[in-house]
Amino acid sequence: MRRMIPFLLYLLVCIATVAGAQAGVFNAYVQLIIMYVGINIILSTSLNLINGYMGEFSVGHAGFMAVGAYITSILNVWLFTDSSVFGPSLLDPSSALYLFPVTLLAGGFGAALVGLLVAIPSFRTRGDYLAIITLAVNYIVKSSIENIQVIGGARGFMGMRNVVNSMKEVVDVPWVLIWILVFTGFTVWVLHRLVTSTYGKGIVAIRDDEIASEIMSVDTRHMKVVAFMLSSGLAGVAGGLFAHVLGYINPGTFTIMKSTEILVMVYLGGMGSLSGSVLSAIGFTVILELFRPLQMAKWVVIPLLLILLMLFRPEGIMGHRELTDVFPWLRRFLAPQERRS
Amino acid sequence: MSLLEIREVTHYFGGLRALYNLNLTLEGGELLGLIGPNGAGKTTVFNLVSGFYTATEGEILFLGEDLTGLRPHQVTARGMARTFQNIRLWNSLTVLENLCLSQHYQLGYGLLGAVLRTRSYHENERRIRKTAQQLLEILGLSHYADELPKNLPYGMQRRVEIGRALSLHPKLLLLDEPAAGMNPSEVDQLIDLVRWIRDEFNLTIWLIEHQMRVVMNLCEIIKVLDFGETIAEGSPAEVQQNSRVVQAYLGDEEVAYA
Repeated sequence: MRRMIPFLLYLLVCIATVAGAQAGVFNAYVQLIIMYVGINIILSTSLNLINGYMGEFSVGHAGFMAVGAYITSILNVWLFTDSSVFGPSLLDPSSALYLFPVTLLAGGFGAALVGLLVAIPSFRTRGDYLAIITLAVNYIVKSSIENIQVIGGARGFMGMRNVVNSMKEVVDVPWVLIWILVFTGFTVWVLHRLVTSTYGKGIVAIRDDEIASEIMSVDTRHMKVVAFMLSSGLAGVAGGLFAHVLGYINPGTFTIMKSTEILVMVYLGGMGSLSGSVLSAIGFTVILELFRPLQMAKWVVIPLLLILLMLFRPEGIMGHRELTDVFPWLRRFLAPQERRS
Repeated sequence: MSLLEIREVTHYFGGLRALYNLNLTLEGGELLGLIGPNGAGKTTVFNLVSGFYTATEGEILFLGEDLTGLRPHQVTARGMARTFQNIRLWNSLTVLENLCLSQHYQLGYGLLGAVLRTRSYHENERRIRKTAQQLLEILGLSHYADELPKNLPYGMQRRVEIGRALSLHPKLLLLDEPAAGMNPSEVDQLIDLVRWIRDEFNLTIWLIEHQMRVVMNLCEIIKVLDFGETIAEGSPAEVQQNSRVVQAYLGDEEVAYA
């Protein structure tokens, strides 16, 4: 029963959020921020798997996000709406209600396959060299999309608003918000279970000593493929959700700037700490909104905060620790795992 | 079928010949020592045997199977474990986690099991944990279980590394300079430990060592390398008498007196 507590707590938060949105307690602006927080949590925790737990330096996370965003959007617009690009809808628009998570996962799967573009080179190279490869993959994705005119090229792709609307016509609840909450919980749940299992610690072993890991029975290639595909797949899901929040995407959104933003969240929260990434995704998104009145000056203030952080707390807010390590009493509620001997 | 058979192995690093025509057969149960001056190619032999390098020429058979083309973790899974000259434990994981993780090749569950926490996940994790705890117990490391390896005294870290190798249930244990950096009392303990491990776990041990006290005390057979070539092989007493060995270690008489 106890192991259900974190799940029940999260369910409660979700219900409260959706009810708040439905009852008009949260206006559209607050809802938007909550949705960005969720998406950013998915992005930062999934990138932390690579940069924090595995110790590689991926700077192309936005590329995978783009793949997911485009695949999910294209599928949805093609299947559920009448559009100038793909013609009349293939399926009944109301079926978007059930098939939306399927298209999201399809986007995630596509992004995971693109993740192989990084995973396979990672067998031979690591560190700075692999970082360059992730950067290159980010550019390949962005430029490829820019050059596919059918899906709008550099002008971008839209029509996702209609998909969301057709879902709302069936049952009028904030569907995108709900799916963001579901997948945020799903992401943290999957990653937490992975990194606390002996299987998943094979990823941490690679960070500590790759050669020793390989010789001491860890199939490092397998673990790298799992880590990169899972990380980029989750980024793809985040991209799909992001596209449906905005209703419009263009390749310019998924540049190195976006990747850097995710990197900042990971380093702010702390390497190898899921709760750190969650906290920093919340904090960073909210601070970004609070600083909105500063306009462009916020891109002076926020990097400045980053410099101060690196000077005084380079390990990030949490740095290889979880909330339960900082506040052991939380363990009673949140991590009723196997007792330590 | 012999446990390990090294047949005419020669290895080059670029133009440098690190090993030349190495032959060795272990039938099982031996305690073999490999010695030689610095740069003689000792660690290269271990790196070849554990699958980290692929030999330029010759072949290495483990339990009758050619190791060429196998990746290190596959070699390990076939029953060969090793320790490293400079201790290479996973320092961000606890001692217990180190001994669990080294059983990665026989986890019995995969990604799905880890995420869904299936029954097989729990059973296997329990089994792995039990093996690790038992090993810590018999090696006298139980009270270090939740410590990070880097916080342990040097001798204890060596012990943990040997424990990690044993958690793989190896048939052949390779120890690369196990006594390096140890003080005399730690060395005495190590000698007892290695001997005890061999009897307790009934395995074959092959060690590289610089300290003559360790080698002469422990090993039944000693193989001496110099510049990648075998210059002597035999019992400790025979090797000590061998003029080529003395020459390799102390230099030529003329040079020594010059």
